[in-house]
Amino acid sequence: MSVAMDDDGIRLTKEQQRRRRARSVAIALALAALVVLFYVVTIVKLGPGVLDRPL
Amino acid sequence: MSDATSIDGRYDAAGTRVAAEPSVGDFLALLKPRVMSLVIFTALVGMAAAPGHLHPVLAATALLCIAIGAGASGALNMWYDADIDAVMTRTRTRPIPAGRIERDTALGFGMALSVGSVLVLGLLVDPVAAALLAFTIAFYVVVYTMWLKRRTPQNIVIGGASGALPPVIGWAAVTGRVEFEPLVLFLIIFLWTPPHFWALALLKSGDYARAGVPMLPVVAGERATRTQILLYSLVLVPVGCLPALLGFAGPIYAAAAIGLGLPFIGLAAAIKLAATPQRLAKACGRLFGFSILYLFLLFAALLAERLIGVPAFAPVIGLGGWGVA
Repeated sequence: MSVAMDDDGIRLTKEQQRRRRARSVAIALALAALVVLFYVVTIVKLGPGVLDRPL
Repeated sequence: MSDATSIDGRYDAAGTRVAAEPSVGDFLALLKPRVMSLVIFTALVGMAAAPGHLHPVLAATALLCIAIGAGASGALNMWYDADIDAVMTRTRTRPIPAGRIERDTALGFGMALSVGSVLVLGLLVDPVAAALLAFTIAFYVVVYTMWLKRRTPQNIVIGGASGALPPVIGWAAVTGRVEFEPLVLFLIIFLWTPPHFWALALLKSGDYARAGVPMLPVVAGERATRTQILLYSLVLVPVGCLPALLGFAGPIYAAAAIGLGLPFIGLAAAIKLAATPQRLAKACGRLFGFSILYLFLLFAALLAERLIGVPAFAPVIGLGGWGVA
């Protein structure tokens, strides 16, 4: 099927579906990059000692 | 194309609203990547020129936040100015007037990135730099875009402050302070902005008039604009030499400031003296292009001196211990 129906009745073409998927991937990548950024900055600011603690 | 577009979305031939499904590239276009590149570069130079050390990861984080913040203000500018953009040839293919992104989407995107970039900069790098970034975004969107742009020919003069702040933010990211040296860099970009934009405005004055934007050539006329371009250039070039006179730049920078400054004045004089519309258009195009090169090479010279380790001149003009925590 070349078109899909949204809840609000807007038809999405194949191209529109592809764009939506690409946006979702971009958001996922941005979120993953933020996770990595916060992790790395935590290590940089606190030093590797943050991992050296009694369990 | 049978679809009709408006600033509020796209409609098909039957008048039914068609889903705007913007691509990732459309969102990137909202960030004004070319403006962003100059912002990143000048902020980088502000960081490199600052005394002290910032961990490379934190420096990269600061640059990322400044870039995203600048991009966010571009998106908010496009959200507010979609009606103007739609009637100007230079901007009518932007995502909102072209119907590829809806205004509300751009507003949400711009607001989210504005808040996010300021928060991340403040939490991970430095609160003073974050406060400056927030001020820059607010100044560009509220003071320039919403208030000045449609009301006064001084719009880009005063609004230029937001484009001049990135080196100050970069400096503050390293030092946590606002000091005199980055304010000199601020002043250089601030004085550079009017001749740069008015050269473009002389070329596109019909566009601005049609859009109802009171740019100087539209309001004060071509002659007054030519004079203003020359006057600002005559002030800009000596101010461009200040970093060497104040003792935070050396011979490479001084050579660039003089070697690029003199042709800058020459091109501004050519605009002032152009006898025919064709010569004027040519002179405006030349100054517009050269002005970008001027600013880039001036800041590149300062960056190169810091990277190579070229010592700065002894200050001819004393600064004292001026600074704001």
